[in-house]
Amino acid sequence: MIRLEKRPSPNRRVAAMTPVIAVILTMIAGGAMFGLLGQNPFEAIKVIFWDPLFTEPFASYSRPQLMVKAGPLILIAIGLSIGFKAGIWNIGAEGQYIMGAIFGAAAGLAFYPMDSALIFPLMVICGALGGWLWAMIPAFLKVRFGTNEILVSLMLVYVAENFLASVSSGVLRNPEGMGFPGSRNLSKWASSANIELFEGTGMHWGVVAAFIAVIGAYVLMTRHLLGFHVRLIGEAPRAAKFAGVQPARIVIFCLGLAGALAGMAGLFEVSGPSGQITIDFASGYGFTAIIVAFLGRLHPVGILLAGLLMALTYIGGELAQLMLGLPAASIQLFQGMLLFFLLGVDVFTNYRLRIGRTEVA
Amino acid sequence: MSETLLSISGLTKAYPGVVANSDVSFDIGVGEVHALLGENGAGKSTLVKMIYGLVKPDTGQMTLRGQPFAPPEPRAARLDGIAMVFQHFSLFDALNVAENIALGMENPPPLRDLAQRICEVSETYGLPLDPDRTVGVLSAGERQRVEIIRCLLQDPKLLIMDEPTSVLTPQEVDILFETLRKLSAEGTAILYISHKLEEIRTLCDTATILRLGKVVGTCTPSETTARDMAEMMVGSALKTPEPSNRPLGEVALSVTGLSVESPSNFGTSLKNIHFDLRQGEILGIGGVAGNGQDELLAALSGETRAANDAIKFNGAAIGQMGPTERRNLGLLAAPEERLGHAAAPNMSLTENAMLTGSTRKKLEKNGFLDWGAARSFAEHVIKQFDVRTPGPGNAARSLSGGNLQKFVIGREVLQDPDVLIVNQPTWGVDAAAAAAIRQALLDLAGKGAAVLVISQDLDELMEISGRFAALNEGRLSDIRPTADLTVEEIGLMMGGAHGMEVAHIEELAR
Repeated sequence: MIRLEKRPSPNRRVAAMTPVIAVILTMIAGGAMFGLLGQNPFEAIKVIFWDPLFTEPFASYSRPQLMVKAGPLILIAIGLSIGFKAGIWNIGAEGQYIMGAIFGAAAGLAFYPMDSALIFPLMVICGALGGWLWAMIPAFLKVRFGTNEILVSLMLVYVAENFLASVSSGVLRNPEGMGFPGSRNLSKWASSANIELFEGTGMHWGVVAAFIAVIGAYVLMTRHLLGFHVRLIGEAPRAAKFAGVQPARIVIFCLGLAGALAGMAGLFEVSGPSGQITIDFASGYGFTAIIVAFLGRLHPVGILLAGLLMALTYIGGELAQLMLGLPAASIQLFQGMLLFFLLGVDVFTNYRLRIGRTEVA
Repeated sequence: MSETLLSISGLTKAYPGVVANSDVSFDIGVGEVHALLGENGAGKSTLVKMIYGLVKPDTGQMTLRGQPFAPPEPRAARLDGIAMVFQHFSLFDALNVAENIALGMENPPPLRDLAQRICEVSETYGLPLDPDRTVGVLSAGERQRVEIIRCLLQDPKLLIMDEPTSVLTPQEVDILFETLRKLSAEGTAILYISHKLEEIRTLCDTATILRLGKVVGTCTPSETTARDMAEMMVGSALKTPEPSNRPLGEVALSVTGLSVESPSNFGTSLKNIHFDLRQGEILGIGGVAGNGQDELLAALSGETRAANDAIKFNGAAIGQMGPTERRNLGLLAAPEERLGHAAAPNMSLTENAMLTGSTRKKLEKNGFLDWGAARSFAEHVIKQFDVRTPGPGNAARSLSGGNLQKFVIGREVLQDPDVLIVNQPTWGVDAAAAAAIRQALLDLAGKGAAVLVISQDLDELMEISGRFAALNEGRLSDIRPTADLTVEEIGLMMGGAHGMEVAHIEELAR
């Protein structure tokens, strides 16, 4: 008989090391997978993790991309992590991201082709509002009827995807686009463009927002009563009620914040790197951010590092597809392995494996 | 005592980091009622688990009627005539009594025969129980009878009982003791685990006292004072709490017609509760567990809301206020469940000090937390209440029950409440810590605070409270001065012997 036995007190140093161990295990298992696909495993790992940063000519293109990819991941993951701390499982950030992009883009396009410095800030606000509203649906249903936020938020992703398809070939379609689906290109209109702030760094307003979110989340969770209450309700719901926390308010706060940040991330993406609302605008950032949040131990600084790492696997994965002809699915599998190994290593830091008969205590 | 039934010699069992039993030896004679006495963590449970085959000893031997005895599992122990009634019952609510008993048997007879046998046994030993009733509707005392009868059907030679009276009213305790005496007279030995000294003095022939896993003494309870036994248990002299003789002040908390629907299906709704609590007074509320104690604490602490006028604090209606607002006014509370309700298990003591202290001790300003101040407050509680812990950075979970209870009570007392509500302040706490907590409550009342103590420990309530009332199915009895109450009266206030009127022995015999 095999069973798991809880360790009396998990080793703290091991607990802090789990993400690193998970990354190493992922490299080993991923390498084996690439080997089975007929590639040199060491070459594949090098192409994914090393070449994008240090090997010219790829690096000069890839390095800015790191920020571009990491920005939305971090921004979304920060919002999700606060809810996860409270035990509120928002799985629908992808939908909130899409709705943020649509709301923000629509707000901007309403003023096309006006020239004003106020348009971009307005779009950011509307982007956040779109994500917030989409997250309020599971929040309201949970508070009012006790529905499961995991299911509702996830299902709303598919609603959002269909809404995206509808508007990109409907109300938001570019009238001068010769019938092609997709909106006007926001990044080519000065009032709405989310510009690269420093040449060659990939730093745009979304990355700035991500950094601000990291600092804000850190202050909220360690220094503020609201963050304390969020942690408390996740740790011990009854103790939280005893302390005077109203669970419904925490649900609304956590889902609302995650939605607003995801919505903002969507807006920064649509007005910058992506440029326009199209059918295939959704790129999975909302789901990958879940991995980023856990890989970063739900800690703001950890999420910052995890976001950069995950962005690297995106860029390196693209490079591996290009250079080695690896299938795209193998890269997604590789990212999935990272979460799998992280959760697995987590189990073994908290439990140890017992094989054979043991006494019943 | 005649011949020896079970002989234990040199039993030792160590767990990582703690020696639960060290070189424990004693004998139990045939028909002897043997008490196993000790504080929480003294190693009583581990010892009986070894006898019952749940835990294997590291070293040491047992002999049963002269034969070596080392049960590899409970089934083997049961075959050798050893039965055990656990503190926590393992019964299925949805099944009836006979079905529950059949589930615990190796080869259950047909249910009809079993029901017949249950009636016979319950008649013989004066334990009224109807085999056709659903367990879900039984009181705690009746559930215990199901467990006892399940054991008696195996015709045991040794019956182990783990803290059997903690869920019983005084009348039910009397019934139980009659049964146990009868069993003993028929030659069944009984190993009786408890820390209630008066019970042991009336019931048991011999007592073995454990402290920190070792046998520290043996005595004949009827010839030893409760105080001497307690001091053997604790290993030091005990202080008896002293009340102050302060005259009572104004009414601080007034509850009129408080009715609260229980949010959970298995909870107890509060029905039309009335009482006044005066400054400087300790009002004791007794009752068997599950009669609305948790619900009363929640309604008073603000966790559940009541009609606004039903609860008045210094004359102002507060029934609709939440816990934080009530704390601001000076109404504090300490719930029964330490881990998960009064304290967050995985959080540090500093964070747990913040849990209720944030507003009253000014540990936050505009929502921003002052962790330095919280740490000092936690250190203050640790120092004032002698909480044994390396420091405030340790998780609440890492403290022993008694130490965490001292922290929880200290955290509220040191916030200078005008009214303090506590539920089971010394539950599962060792005698020395319990005395310290009771003294702190008396001192608090001595300073003019109004204190409401909800407890199932009647001795505790008699010791510290001036007036007494009992909760029974969500209703509060009349409030009586403690000084002129007898045990019989208290028992009746608590609802008497639950279920006695339902299952008469004659009817069952048919």
